[in-house]
Amino acid sequence: MIVEFGHFALILAVMVAAFQMIVPFAGARRRDVRMMNTAEPAAISQLILLAIAFVALMHAYVTSDFSVANVAANSHSTKPMIYKISGVWGNHEGSMLLWVLILALFGAAVALFGNNLPPTLKATVLAVQASVALAFLLFIVMTSDPFLRLDPAPADGRGLNPILQDPALAFHPPFLYIGYVGFSIAFSFAIAALIEGRIDAAWARWVRPWTLAAWMFLTIGIAMGSWWAYYELGWGGWWFWDPVENASFMPWLAGTALLHSALVMEKREALKVWTVLLAILTFSLSLMGAFIVRSGVLTSVHSFAVDPERGVFILGILVLFTGGGLALFATRAHEMRTGGLFQPISREGTLVFNNLLLVTATATVLIGTLYPLVLEGVTGEKISVGPPFFNMTFGPLMIPLLLALPYGPLLAWKRGDLVGVTQRLVFAIAGALLLAALAYAAFNRGPSLAPFGIALGAFVMLGAITEWALRVKLGSAPSDEVIRRAKNLPRSQYGTLLAHFGVGLMVIGIVGTTAYQEERILLMKPGETVTVGGYDATFKGVKAEKGPNYMEDIASFEITRGGEVLTTLLPSKRLYDAPPQPTTESGILASWRGDLYVVIGDPQGDTTAYAVRAYFNPLVRFIWLGALIMFIGGGISLTDRRLRVGAPVKSRRAAPVPAE
Amino acid sequence: MMDHIKRGLIVLLLATLLPFAAHAVQPDEMLPDAAQEKRARSISAGLRCLVCQNQSIDDSDAPLARDLRLIVRERIKAGDNDAAVVDYVVARYGDYVLLKPPFNTSTLILWASPLLLLLGGIWLGRKVMRPAGTAEPAAPLDAEEQARLEEILGRGSVERSEKSDS
Repeated sequence: MIVEFGHFALILAVMVAAFQMIVPFAGARRRDVRMMNTAEPAAISQLILLAIAFVALMHAYVTSDFSVANVAANSHSTKPMIYKISGVWGNHEGSMLLWVLILALFGAAVALFGNNLPPTLKATVLAVQASVALAFLLFIVMTSDPFLRLDPAPADGRGLNPILQDPALAFHPPFLYIGYVGFSIAFSFAIAALIEGRIDAAWARWVRPWTLAAWMFLTIGIAMGSWWAYYELGWGGWWFWDPVENASFMPWLAGTALLHSALVMEKREALKVWTVLLAILTFSLSLMGAFIVRSGVLTSVHSFAVDPERGVFILGILVLFTGGGLALFATRAHEMRTGGLFQPISREGTLVFNNLLLVTATATVLIGTLYPLVLEGVTGEKISVGPPFFNMTFGPLMIPLLLALPYGPLLAWKRGDLVGVTQRLVFAIAGALLLAALAYAAFNRGPSLAPFGIALGAFVMLGAITEWALRVKLGSAPSDEVIRRAKNLPRSQYGTLLAHFGVGLMVIGIVGTTAYQEERILLMKPGETVTVGGYDATFKGVKAEKGPNYMEDIASFEITRGGEVLTTLLPSKRLYDAPPQPTTESGILASWRGDLYVVIGDPQGDTTAYAVRAYFNPLVRFIWLGALIMFIGGGISLTDRRLRVGAPVKSRRAAPVPAE
Repeated sequence: MMDHIKRGLIVLLLATLLPFAAHAVQPDEMLPDAAQEKRARSISAGLRCLVCQNQSIDDSDAPLARDLRLIVRERIKAGDNDAAVVDYVVARYGDYVLLKPPFNTSTLILWASPLLLLLGGIWLGRKVMRPAGTAEPAAPLDAEEQARLEEILGRGSVERSEKSDS
């Protein structure tokens, strides 16, 4: 009954979305306030209806109602509760339902918090948002209905893929989707602005918080996925340039570019046309990501051809919104006036540079990801584009970006002083070089370019600290003034500083673990010891245990450093009941210096020896810590009054400024 | 025919089950000579495991990947240099096995695109910074003028840019 109720709510949501697409839009064109005002209740009821549908599906999962085909195919009665819940979005149909729920959530948020928007713009934005929702709702109802029943119901379900039964992965998709779908707001604003034919700095001010929120969640979502891959897939890698990873990385790169160009637009009224285009492209890349992941087109061209219905449908959505958006852009963009002028060496100039490199990087990832598919389609020739290609092309693009990063916030708008800023950054430059020398001395091996990578990351971090010190006049003003300035620095500024600091930290983590990883692969008998990264790991043996829905062989390793016992690591191999599938659980000892990472392989023949892989991954934590700091930076920036939706724009300026 | 189906089933099984239980290089495969083993590892990292989703043979647990790892090591032991080992594998499995696609007419667009995009972007960026039909921006102040301006304003340029933020 509850399931049918959810099903009904889903179908009602389709109709509400259709209404919300047509009526407010027509109202905005005819300047009919009553018609425009229907957008708000429509957006909110769409959210309520989809929340009902989602809760109904979740109820079926929690109660293990195997008469629902989707639950039977993806859940199992012995599964722990948290994975019953995460199982809702751990499959195609459920994840699409989550997608439209988040779409509705953002739409309702614009309806509720968008009171400062001009009425016609607001109505048009919500209508465009509804058109996206309608497309995906129709996709669900026509090809991916999660509420279909089975008769007779099976006794038990087929279970969730065991590698997905993991806390980090349970919450990875919702975060990722908030990111993907959040960019739909920027898209809707862009399309609405093109339709309205009016675009100015205020537009950027409205769009930025939504873009920032989407970017934050995409950042943390990608980082969680990478962290999961690191400890679960069992060989210590954290990024594989896999098509599915690239699918989430492309909107992130484009979204990062969008954040920066919207800043120029808000402050200087420049780059307007470009920012609108970027907003359309960023969401198009999100749709592309959905297409890549959901159609399975890149994992195998054949699986796509066998069941083309879904893939073709999403491809249709992609073509409709990207093509439609770009066509509208092409016809309307020339009507928009370009804004303020600036010189190449200026804050705007560095932000253009940022966009240039980020967009080139996005396009490179896109071409690398799709090229094998297109080539096979056109000539039948099969090639692989793997990590070496991406490292060779993406890496060099990031170096100038990181070098320029500390300069951007220190250069003045319109016309900056490169030499002056370099002088101010002298401590950051010296500190970075010193750290590079230290890294070289400490590791004394690895690629010769690695210390420069460390220096680059350190330069970005120290650059952020320098910027803060200059802004609060640390060292050049009395301490009470420094404190006053530190307090008065806008939160958006702190957000930027933190996010940039996080980028630097992440770079150090990436370079450190890539260049200086240590690895030992060997056969070990109980009692034997392997030394890696300054740790001694002594193999104590293996014993079999039973988990809630799996059997496992747990190995135990006593870890000592300089004779002192630190801990016991328990890497294991699991075999799940349903579906019967093996997984590897790594044993990790984390520290600031790096991770000791141990995985156990198969026993060798009849002996008591096991294949063991032990790694030391220096500084690897900094990768995810950097991402977390970027996320927090975004959050702090969002709480800035100036960015907060609905807050009066000039409130801060109204406060009396003490004479200086 | 039977063999074909069996092979297909095995491939399917491997593709769905095994890539996740990755242990990759096994101790018994490794070459005694550390320098040779290091070469084998770096060559393996660039060769695709043909039955997996986007994994190199160095990362993969599939039997086919193991076979390829052993072939790579055999060729190294036989005295082949790195290029010869790769050529040997490519001769049997085609360019598809290379994770770094070779530079040829089919991949020209792929390899050239990052540079072309960057150059195109720079060209566009120049247009943005100097829109058509507008005069060149005034020449920047020289150091003396700048110092005098700051003296008049009574504050540094960082502060100025901070001001324009808030």
